[in-house]
Amino acid sequence: MNTKIRWIRKNLFKGYFNTALSLSLITFFLWFFYNFFNWLVIDSVLLGDADTCRQASGACLAFIVDKTRFIFFGFYPESETWRPITAIVIFFIIVFYSRLKTRWNRRLLFNWMYCGLVIWLLMRGGYFGLVKVETNNWGGLPLTLMLATVGMIFSYPIGILLAMGRQSKLPLIKYLCIIYIEMIRGVPLISLLFMSSVMMPLFLPEGFSPDKIMRAQGAIIMFISAYMAEVVRGGLQAIPKGQYEAADAMGLTYWQKMKLIILPQALKIVIPPTVNTAIGMFKDTSLVIIIALFDLMYTTKASMQDSNWLGFSVEAYLFVALIYFIFCNLISRMGRLFEKEFGA
Amino acid sequence: MENQATFGDILVKILIVMVLLTSSTVFSVVKTSTLENIKLHKVLKCGVSAGLAGFSAPNSKGKWQGLDVDICRAIAAAVFGDVNKVQYIALSAQQRFVALQSGEIDVLSRNSTFTLTRDTSLGLNFAPVVYYDGQGFMVKRKDRVSKISDLNGASICIQQGTTTELNLADYFRANNLKFKPVVFENNDEVTQAFVKGRCDALTTDISGLAAEKSKFKNPDNYVILTEIISKEPLAPVVRHGDDSWFDVVKYVIYALITAEEFGITSQNIDSFFKTKNPKIKRFLGITKGNGKALGLDEKWAYNIVKMVGNYHEIFERNVGKQSSLKLERGVNALWKNGGLHYSPPFK
Repeated sequence: MNTKIRWIRKNLFKGYFNTALSLSLITFFLWFFYNFFNWLVIDSVLLGDADTCRQASGACLAFIVDKTRFIFFGFYPESETWRPITAIVIFFIIVFYSRLKTRWNRRLLFNWMYCGLVIWLLMRGGYFGLVKVETNNWGGLPLTLMLATVGMIFSYPIGILLAMGRQSKLPLIKYLCIIYIEMIRGVPLISLLFMSSVMMPLFLPEGFSPDKIMRAQGAIIMFISAYMAEVVRGGLQAIPKGQYEAADAMGLTYWQKMKLIILPQALKIVIPPTVNTAIGMFKDTSLVIIIALFDLMYTTKASMQDSNWLGFSVEAYLFVALIYFIFCNLISRMGRLFEKEFGA
Repeated sequence: MENQATFGDILVKILIVMVLLTSSTVFSVVKTSTLENIKLHKVLKCGVSAGLAGFSAPNSKGKWQGLDVDICRAIAAAVFGDVNKVQYIALSAQQRFVALQSGEIDVLSRNSTFTLTRDTSLGLNFAPVVYYDGQGFMVKRKDRVSKISDLNGASICIQQGTTTELNLADYFRANNLKFKPVVFENNDEVTQAFVKGRCDALTTDISGLAAEKSKFKNPDNYVILTEIISKEPLAPVVRHGDDSWFDVVKYVIYALITAEEFGITSQNIDSFFKTKNPKIKRFLGITKGNGKALGLDEKWAYNIVKMVGNYHEIFERNVGKQSSLKLERGVNALWKNGGLHYSPPFK
């Protein structure tokens, strides 16, 4: 106890200036949290409609309660809500199972494929007596998670290949990779999404339009691959030249050298920037708004336009910010876990 | 070398197959009209806004609602006799016309302003206007402003970089009035500034003003002036090249207006079957002819009114008195009541 008081005195109340600063900051935080608590809890409306909310001075939690299903699952039929919920649970189980390095083998790869298939069948339906739900009606959290996870799973290996290609001694491969990476990094994700959703249908025969979600997913994979390539290249360049030469001296082929010596070390080094890219990408998926895909962000925005519930944008944004924070935090925790597992 | 030759062979074969496939689909689509195509697929693909209060927005159950959405439902009622055979495709402002041109949607019902350039160079056809919007002003009731000229020298809140800003400056300059612009980045900020008294008036399209007004704690303390300074006729759109489909969309909208003229509503429509009025008999399909001319069922107009309602019902339900927007009919009244909605005769 004594040490704590001493710590406080030493760090917060040393001299007049520090004391004044500490006091004013503490007052500010108290004032802020008092008001925030009042707004969120004391004066808030949990049950009721838009009119009861407008008369109250606090947060309109009734709006969030009423809209939760739509924000999370978008246009997915209400009677089938259990399906996206189950899909998300399966997704979490496989992610949680994959957290340990000792489980990383060929079987895990197959497990991921099975889970992917089950999730796809569950969401899409049309088999085993499940009602078919077109991908047009997918939305909310499952869509955001799908765009981010599938994007990451595909762009990681593509990124590694691109990074290796960029360092290749074969000029054709090298320059193709450089052109790809620099071109993709030179344009914003929005323009890629536009290309895939707006321009592509013009080149295809009338009436034939491939899935909007698939088109967006393709654009996201293309985009993130280029960034992953540069992340991996950082790792490749951090490995001392001696290691490459030693591998060559052992008579290993290029692929053996990469697989056994270079990549395991390089990928370990780049875990932090990889996690960084993954988090950035999770949030970037909200850009699919501009091609009117109802991801988590857009279901929230559309909820604000319901004429029965106009004017509760603060509540809606705070709610969706909380969801994004939880997921980004989970990704970053997973990254730290991997760092520990791999002893990086 | 050997390898390359086979690779080239395969490539050529793939290309030929692709060309055949695409051309055959193109021809098969060209042969059938939009209406036949819709009937074949048993669904109307309707492009809507992804979220605009009163016009099209999903409700808590994920069902689309709004004036634009009701137009889609009316077309489906006319074509299928079933308002649920619509696939709603949410489109952003940038996507909307491309989606129509590429055939991704059959009709665009997405608060799009009818203009000369869009009608001609974009290759579009605008159906009759379903809502006459226009830029207007909201003021505080206590300020006792009743017309725009009263706002001389006032400070006016606007959103940055919109045509609204331009229209405002043009109008005030043309009429020799002065104003102080108070510009903000986004919509919520503009409204907040107005409520807090940073400016005397708030300007944007009338329907937008109504949506903002409904968010206020005391909406009665504010007034939306009836005068407008710009024309924003909002109309559904189809693409060039299929006039009979254009006719269908046109007459679905005229049917809504005609039903209101006759006083036929979704509630009382069945009582009109005993009518002796030949115009109403033709309208309801008791006297046959209209349906055949459009390529629809003879009961098409009956289905529209029975399942969706007439224009009055659609208006009041989505943007009028029964909605939170509480818009007046104003210029959107029937021509008989001093408005602009007018339908050619159904004969």
